[in-house]
Amino acid sequence: MIKSFIARLKQGHQTGKFPHKDPVMPDRFLGLPELSEGACPETCSACMDVCPTNAISHDADGLRLDMGRCLFCGKCQSCCAEKRISFTSQHDLGTFTREGLVRTAKSGCSYDIQPDKAISKLVGRSLKLRHVSAGGCAACELDFNALNTLAWDLARFNIEVVASPRHADAVLVTGSVTKNMLLALKKTYEAVPKPSFVIACGTCAISGGLYADSDQTCGGLEEVLKPDLYIPGCPPHPATLLDALVRFMGKKPR
Amino acid sequence: MEANFLTLSNPGVAALGNLPVVPLDELRRRVIINVNEEGWCVSSFFGVELGGRNLLICVLRDDSSSKLHLLGCEVGKSYKSLTAECAAFHLFERELRESTGIEPAGHPWLKPIRFNADESPDPGVTDYFALGGEGAHEVSVGPVYAGLNESGHFRFQCVGEYVHLLEISLGYQHRGIESMLVGGPTKKTLPIVETIAGDSSTSHAGAYCQLVEAMSGMQPSKYAQMIRGIAWEFERIANHAGDLGALAGNVAYLPTRSYCGRIRDDFLDMTACLCGNRFGRGLIVPGGVGYDVGKARAQELIARLDKVVPDLENALDLMFAEQSVLDRFKNLGAVSKETAREIGLVGMAARASGLSCDVRTHLSYGVYGEHPVEEVVLNGGDVLARARIRYDEIRQSLSSLYLLLSSLPEVSPCVSATRDISLPSDTIGVSLVESWRGEVCHVALTDGEGRFMKYKIVDPSFHNWFGLAMSMRDEQVSHFPLCNKSFNLSCCGHDL
Repeated sequence: MIKSFIARLKQGHQTGKFPHKDPVMPDRFLGLPELSEGACPETCSACMDVCPTNAISHDADGLRLDMGRCLFCGKCQSCCAEKRISFTSQHDLGTFTREGLVRTAKSGCSYDIQPDKAISKLVGRSLKLRHVSAGGCAACELDFNALNTLAWDLARFNIEVVASPRHADAVLVTGSVTKNMLLALKKTYEAVPKPSFVIACGTCAISGGLYADSDQTCGGLEEVLKPDLYIPGCPPHPATLLDALVRFMGKKPR
Repeated sequence: MEANFLTLSNPGVAALGNLPVVPLDELRRRVIINVNEEGWCVSSFFGVELGGRNLLICVLRDDSSSKLHLLGCEVGKSYKSLTAECAAFHLFERELRESTGIEPAGHPWLKPIRFNADESPDPGVTDYFALGGEGAHEVSVGPVYAGLNESGHFRFQCVGEYVHLLEISLGYQHRGIESMLVGGPTKKTLPIVETIAGDSSTSHAGAYCQLVEAMSGMQPSKYAQMIRGIAWEFERIANHAGDLGALAGNVAYLPTRSYCGRIRDDFLDMTACLCGNRFGRGLIVPGGVGYDVGKARAQELIARLDKVVPDLENALDLMFAEQSVLDRFKNLGAVSKETAREIGLVGMAARASGLSCDVRTHLSYGVYGEHPVEEVVLNGGDVLARARIRYDEIRQSLSSLYLLLSSLPEVSPCVSATRDISLPSDTIGVSLVESWRGEVCHVALTDGEGRFMKYKIVDPSFHNWFGLAMSMRDEQVSHFPLCNKSFNLSCCGHDL
């Protein structure tokens, strides 16, 4: 017993300072992409040629990058001869709309989702989630589970993953929605009391990601249920997840 | 040993024409003798259609000679199953039937394993073993769970509180990975391989890269090999530490659960320090590594290790000195050495049952040739052994990490990775990597144009799910979370 007290003293308090202080992202972390203005040379398709999920394209209006498809691998950034694409270290990426995930040069450098009063009235003080894993690689689950550790301590925000859909406010979906999980996903959604929300966590859930074209998946959640919150990333960093959930509740961290 | 196998090292490549194709009787005789008596292990077994013929290809791992042995066999619509004589083939043959339609005649129960959405019945809809009589009842859970878990379906046939038999039915995470890889390599191949199982991203990426490097004659630099080794060991420690924390949580020993949860996060952050991604995505690429790790970064990582290792050791020593924890772990969910061998268990779970099977030691690859690791083998095969082996492997990985990080060269050689890979035509290649969970096996066959006509992936979870089922026999239902966590297998790695 005494040993565990000594350990408690040794280990100390190491929970992150979010939301009072932004987490320090690794220097190689790729967050919000920024695109420079103007049209690209018509003949250049370097970024499109390397993008594994066809997330980037350009036309007369300039570059477009869909974060709902993006794996944040940074290949387009490193192959662009004119350095027109740069991924910043900004981690807050969640949006309320699918269109909000599409970046153009005009999106500028600020990126901020505004709290939605109608949502925060319902879940502003407590957000209970029912999770459905619908055919990803489980990295989204692992990084969401990281939020449950003392490093992030999700419970202090009154966000909790609950053991029954009857207790939930929202369905948290990870994965590209395999045909084999479709029924279970629909049943889970139907079992959640209304009004309820749908959260698409990770690139697979938003657009199908790498598995958008597979004949074994539905190519993402959009085809099945309309998400109310989109959290991009492959997988989303815990800071991205937490920020999006807290903003969804209407608590603006800063 | 008979000469008539195609014998390769790891990774190994040969012209498809050099693969001996023998009659079924001969394949059966040779494979069964070597697996049952010589201690060879089944790394992969699959069917491929080659010029209108159905070809079965068997890849066996021979630890005593550090070689891989391959044998082919032409069959028609049906052949005599190997499972009755050699249980390690049980799941491979079910998979074969499901994916190719070739019938392994005499197989005890050819149920689907992945429920391919176009052909099979709905997932989980199949015959289950059922128990009758007084006191017999069934508990079924999944595919949706209380916490954040992957989707799988478990059925316990119980007598009173005790589990007579556990059946595991998966397939819910089936994304069709193997068929998506056919026609590659393309720009999507590596990202897909990295998402076979998220917690083993670098191991699968490593197996794939080794394979295409061996096939195309690329040679990653010694420096790149070292960085790969660093990524693999970070992955191992992060997962082992997280699992030990979760095991502590399953017996309500909160100090270690709390500390290890946080410490796992620290190790994922160290991987992110290498490449920006906490699971090491984009770090291991064909030809080398995608990111440079200079001396300064290596020093920073060593400093981070110095800070977190005492916390980790403190958290683990605490748990392993706590009698109430050890009492719960001991003798629970035991898988005997004989059973482990018979069903073809791999990796850490097999080593906890006394089998020696570490690919890093027996078929060393990459950095492990120059910096060997000593294999950890324990006895008992219970939850305690599977916990203890994680602790021992963490210690060993830490010493490897310190060694590798401190011996990275002062000036880092330019990291270059080839983008366009050209593979030789009509070739077969095999590559094995020891992930934190166990043996990852990738086999590729190219067609006349040098594109993949078959890409066969075996994740360690594929071998080990049956081990979990065996460990639950005659245990209480309430012990399932602990047994399950002690294996911590992946649904997506199995489902592909």
